[in-house]
Amino acid sequence: MNRSLDLDRRRFLALAGATGLVLGGHGALLDGIAAEPGAAKFNPWLAIDRDGMVTLFCGRSEMGQGAFTGLGQLLAEELGCDWQKLKVETGPADSAFVNIYGGVELLTEGHGEPDQMGATKNWILTKIAKNVSMQFTGGSSSARDGFIRLRTVGATARAMLIEAAAHEWGVTAGECVTEAGIVTHPRTGRRRSYGDLAAAAAKLDPPGDVPLKPRADWTLIGQPVPRLDVPAKTDGSAIFGIDVRRPNMLFATVAQCPIFGGKLRRFDAAAALALPGVKAVREVPGGVAVVADTTWHARKGLQTVVIEWDEGPNAGLDSAALDKHYLAALDGKLDRAAATGDVETALKTAKQTVTADYHLPFLAHAAMEPINCTAEVTETGVDVWVPTQAQTGAEKAAAEAAGMSTSKVRIHTTLLGGSFGRRAEADFVAQAVTLAKAMKQPVQVLWSREEDMQHDFYRPMAVSRLTAGLDAAGMPVAWRHRVATNSIFARQFPPLLWMKGDPAIAEGSAEMLYAIPNQRMESSTQESLVPVGAWRSVGHSLNGFFKECFLDEVAAAGGIDPVELRRRLLKDQPRALAVLERLAKEGDWGKKLPPGQGRGVALHASFGSIVAEIAEVAVEDGRLSVKRVVAVVDCGTVINPQIVEAQIQGGIVYGLTAALYGKITIEKGRVVQTNFPDYDMVRLAQMPKIEVHVIASTAYPGGVGEPGTPPFAPAVA
Amino acid sequence: MITLSVNGKKHEVAVEDDTPLLWVLRDSIGLTGTKFGCGVAACGACTVLVDGEAKRSCMLPVASVGAAEITTIEGLSPHRGHILQKAWIAAQVPQCGYCQSGMLLAAAALLKQNPKPSDADIDAAITNICRCGTYQRVRQAIHMVAEAAP
Repeated sequence: MNRSLDLDRRRFLALAGATGLVLGGHGALLDGIAAEPGAAKFNPWLAIDRDGMVTLFCGRSEMGQGAFTGLGQLLAEELGCDWQKLKVETGPADSAFVNIYGGVELLTEGHGEPDQMGATKNWILTKIAKNVSMQFTGGSSSARDGFIRLRTVGATARAMLIEAAAHEWGVTAGECVTEAGIVTHPRTGRRRSYGDLAAAAAKLDPPGDVPLKPRADWTLIGQPVPRLDVPAKTDGSAIFGIDVRRPNMLFATVAQCPIFGGKLRRFDAAAALALPGVKAVREVPGGVAVVADTTWHARKGLQTVVIEWDEGPNAGLDSAALDKHYLAALDGKLDRAAATGDVETALKTAKQTVTADYHLPFLAHAAMEPINCTAEVTETGVDVWVPTQAQTGAEKAAAEAAGMSTSKVRIHTTLLGGSFGRRAEADFVAQAVTLAKAMKQPVQVLWSREEDMQHDFYRPMAVSRLTAGLDAAGMPVAWRHRVATNSIFARQFPPLLWMKGDPAIAEGSAEMLYAIPNQRMESSTQESLVPVGAWRSVGHSLNGFFKECFLDEVAAAGGIDPVELRRRLLKDQPRALAVLERLAKEGDWGKKLPPGQGRGVALHASFGSIVAEIAEVAVEDGRLSVKRVVAVVDCGTVINPQIVEAQIQGGIVYGLTAALYGKITIEKGRVVQTNFPDYDMVRLAQMPKIEVHVIASTAYPGGVGEPGTPPFAPAVA
Repeated sequence: MITLSVNGKKHEVAVEDDTPLLWVLRDSIGLTGTKFGCGVAACGACTVLVDGEAKRSCMLPVASVGAAEITTIEGLSPHRGHILQKAWIAAQVPQCGYCQSGMLLAAAALLKQNPKPSDADIDAAITNICRCGTYQRVRQAIHMVAEAAP
């Protein structure tokens, strides 16, 4: 059989699993997939070695969200392998690993469920998502993308293993069963392990239409399976980007122009080059790098480099002026993002109107692992070891920096020491490759915390004005949401803009669940002089805050209890209503609290899930503290309940830090904050008790990495 | 040459006296379990034990360590056998895991000095930052160990 055709066929079959459609592939190769020697490769996702060790190349990055374990459960459920013999790693940049679900969701404003889309639309969108090579981990989409795809991969391989055993024994496949990595023929008692069968099985034609197990037969999906990555994270053996070591490797650190839009004019490296261990001082994209034999020597060297920056056009930029500018834009020409009914008339005829302005600052991601990347450039190509959320973006940046085609780039994704959207960018990849090429040696670039904080792609600043009209009963009949903010996708994914506008500006507001008859969402896209990017929950963290805070204003003006108002507005949304009712019960809504304490509530749907939270807050010595948070989540089918709980907890803590401390301030074109002492974080002492309740559901899975964040700040505010 | 005692083993390192212990551990000795987070002793990712006491190694000049016994995450126990590591796994504490080396060593120092810490004791002793928000499970795992203590 023609090898490439064969591989393509396998690729189509597994891709088809994501959408129920058979798609054409474009012949990407399996080169660079590092299966164990002697392991049999079934397709880009799966290899089984002679000892029966199963490797899932999941194509998604593990940044703490539990993707390896959750996706491993999906595969193993259908493959029927021994869970103890499963390992998961991120596959290379490869079209096989395109995030179809996440890509389609971007293109459809959150209506990406395969069963909700028509076949033609599904086919077109899938084609687009695939052709723009969106291999990324984000949008809380890993489980949703893998839910059918990885079970299909597992079921198909299991059928091939059975077929190989049946052939050997001269029986029919239907007579064989599998248990924990072994094919058995119950009638004769014959048994063969997956390890023994893998080589023969992987050569078989993959069957096209393998049925998946009914839900009632699941033994792994839905179970609180311990995470595969946890043990190595308790003994120092887990390898993050910063831990990559290559023979003959050099260490580098960078200084980048502190003023956004500025650039390097000149530098004097004489003092640095005289220091011990310093090998070179070089220009890299964004600034200057010192390369040395250790990180410390590079850091010390950089302190002595005299750098002159061309400050560029933004040296006068500051947050206060931006805020004024954004606010003024709300009275200017706005783009309509969504509308139902006639808001202007309804506002005029309303019994009373309520209006409020909200201002949200830029926020940094501040993942614990500072930005880093390791690269090696040789005649055969570029190897990049990088904690990245976006393999195809990293691949493109590396190819450009090396002056080679992407086919010569090998992306090795390490564990990510947090990311929250920051590592979807590839600015640091270009720096590492530039240096590795110049030095003709492997180079690891590691930013200081200060560079990390001052050269982020921040959550956009946003100013909004919400106006509601209430009827005589105090119920909102008109809702107008105006927002001025920056576009993330104008830079990250320009085709989206001409197709449908920036979804991140409207998301969380345009598709509001509340039954208000007249709604209008309008936006003003502000020029991004400060770089902006995806920040855990993206537009939802802005619009969720505006919408839920303002709904409380509406409740107060109408004299209606905030939970009761939401209850009435959700009467046609059974899933959201069930979340709210469960929350009111678990969160003791209406029960008395000690003096000086209060409760707030918020509900928000994002990334296919609905999360509602009640926060109990107190003011002590003039400072706000959060005592208890109760969260209820409907994320459809749960793959791993303990991961769901951890992600919702984590999303709440991320929101808590933003609510208590988060603010990136711009003065003279640069970020004021430098490090944790002036961009502080919640620690154990500020930690409320968090209770997470998950609604039992058989619906298609929703995301869990991000949806816990949007309701938190408005529940506290 | 400076001689260090790390995880019960002597290491001769050729570094300047002012080199922070963190970089000696990571770049000279090759023990990468100790992490760099902030460089200003604010986040605790670089926490190691120096004679049993939790210290932030990113601002600790190597020359000041002298003959003290240094314990890094790699030396907490052979084969993840320390009771805290077992509790960390049982409570499924780590998410991204980057801060957990420091978190575990801070917890080990606390429990050595105070085997039955209250919540307030934990809050006061462990000021490490975790951006994933694993704090609740960190607290739970420490209490698990404290309850098992005689």
